[in-house]
Amino acid sequence: MRIRPVGAHALLIDCTSPDGVPQADLVDAWRAELWRRREHGDLSAVEIVPAASTVLLDDLPDPAATTEQLTRWTPAVVAAAAARRGTDEHDGEEIVVPVDFDGPDLPAVAEHWGVDVPAVLSRLTGTRFRVAFCGFAPGFPYLTGLPAELALPRLATPRPRVPTGSVALAGPYAGIYPSASPGGWLLVGRTDLVLFDVHADPPARLGPGTPIRMAAA
Amino acid sequence: MTGPPTIEVLRAGALTTVQDLGRPGWAHLGVPRSGALDPAALRLANRLVGNPEHAAGLEITLTGCMLRLTRATTVAVTGAEVTVHAGDRPGDTGRPLTVPAGTVLRIGPARRGVRSWLAVAGGIDVSPVLGSRATDTLSGLGPPRLGDGDRLPLGEPLDAPAPVDLTVCSAPPPELHLRLSLGPRDDWFTPIALDRLFGTAYTVSPVSNRVGARLAGEPLPRAVAGELPSEGIVLGAVQVPADGQPLIFLADHPTTGGYPVIGVVTDVTPLAQARPGTTVRFHGPQR
Repeated sequence: MRIRPVGAHALLIDCTSPDGVPQADLVDAWRAELWRRREHGDLSAVEIVPAASTVLLDDLPDPAATTEQLTRWTPAVVAAAAARRGTDEHDGEEIVVPVDFDGPDLPAVAEHWGVDVPAVLSRLTGTRFRVAFCGFAPGFPYLTGLPAELALPRLATPRPRVPTGSVALAGPYAGIYPSASPGGWLLVGRTDLVLFDVHADPPARLGPGTPIRMAAA
Repeated sequence: MTGPPTIEVLRAGALTTVQDLGRPGWAHLGVPRSGALDPAALRLANRLVGNPEHAAGLEITLTGCMLRLTRATTVAVTGAEVTVHAGDRPGDTGRPLTVPAGTVLRIGPARRGVRSWLAVAGGIDVSPVLGSRATDTLSGLGPPRLGDGDRLPLGEPLDAPAPVDLTVCSAPPPELHLRLSLGPRDDWFTPIALDRLFGTAYTVSPVSNRVGARLAGEPLPRAVAGELPSEGIVLGAVQVPADGQPLIFLADHPTTGGYPVIGVVTDVTPLAQARPGTTVRFHGPQR
């Protein structure tokens, strides 16, 4: 773990260095702790942005002081992340995402995984996912939970239009397209769940840290 | 005139958008901050017409635009060097202009610089989205870019226009000198890349937009091959894609990105006025 400078007002917590805990767990433990600290008034950051292996803190009044705080908080965060290891522990209420598993890339996923299509579906419905972070588009969740050895390549040529609600896989992640857009992920199904609504609070249905299960609709 | 006061868009020009100070605080949900590319210029325009600094105005790009105001009001234009006409009457940038109801307001093409900000007393009163009226050209949040024939509602003026005759607007410099601090991923690049970054000139590419200013020049070679897992991005981040040509992220930048960020520019606002071909040099506390 390392704290990297980002300009004059931001810091990046880099969770890639080995601490003996999976980096996705370390990222999520930092996210949860930093959100809690900000809520309690211990931390002033306009943006706390988890990603694949980092957490960005942006618009800090005093990055040097925050660096000292982060150093002090590190042992507890690493311990919290380590405690999750091998357990099914998630904070927050699990959201069940109803999915029509009719995606055009199901056979390709089955081939990559060396199984048949029904086995792909039971793998997906049997996995407890967590929203690791949002990006790419407002409300687009990157879901972790699949084992690293099932990581998938993106399409060599992205589709010009992926429909709203498409459930898709790429790299180690599952994701859901909140709105129609170009996309290179492998499509396995579709959900009617509304992922992003500017009038809802919060606007993203599946924000960072949310535990998720997929169920055949 | 009947009905609520509006701005009628007679000619929208190349790209005219509603902008305020953006929607901070939503990056963790993938929502870009957006907002005026030069917030200080929008703030100034707002102060000149008696608006709170965060009121929404128009950001007008390069070719200018033509508008009709259905209510007698006060406007102010800041930013690029442009001609302003209220009806037949020429007006100045950088000061409040009184315009009678029905007046056609013409913002001419930029003679120097790229973008102008127009504030109208009362502000542009389109519905806010996540606390902001800004058009985000990346995510599509906020009102669409202006089109010919559009009508935008105006808010109620709160204060009297500022009692100023003149504000000093400096012309955009022919060459930009941008201060850059290294990191978070300068260790992904070779020493040659750092020498080139601080030692050679780059030019602003024509494919630049509100998302980022693309630069062309000596490519910045990588020391680390492979892909960087997506990570959070800040305003001013200098991202280096596979072709080695740096891109400086501006207001509509994505919240996360998968190319390494070699450094962060302290103040990106001069880039709001940088035309394609403008020379950019980086300097830093390190050198």
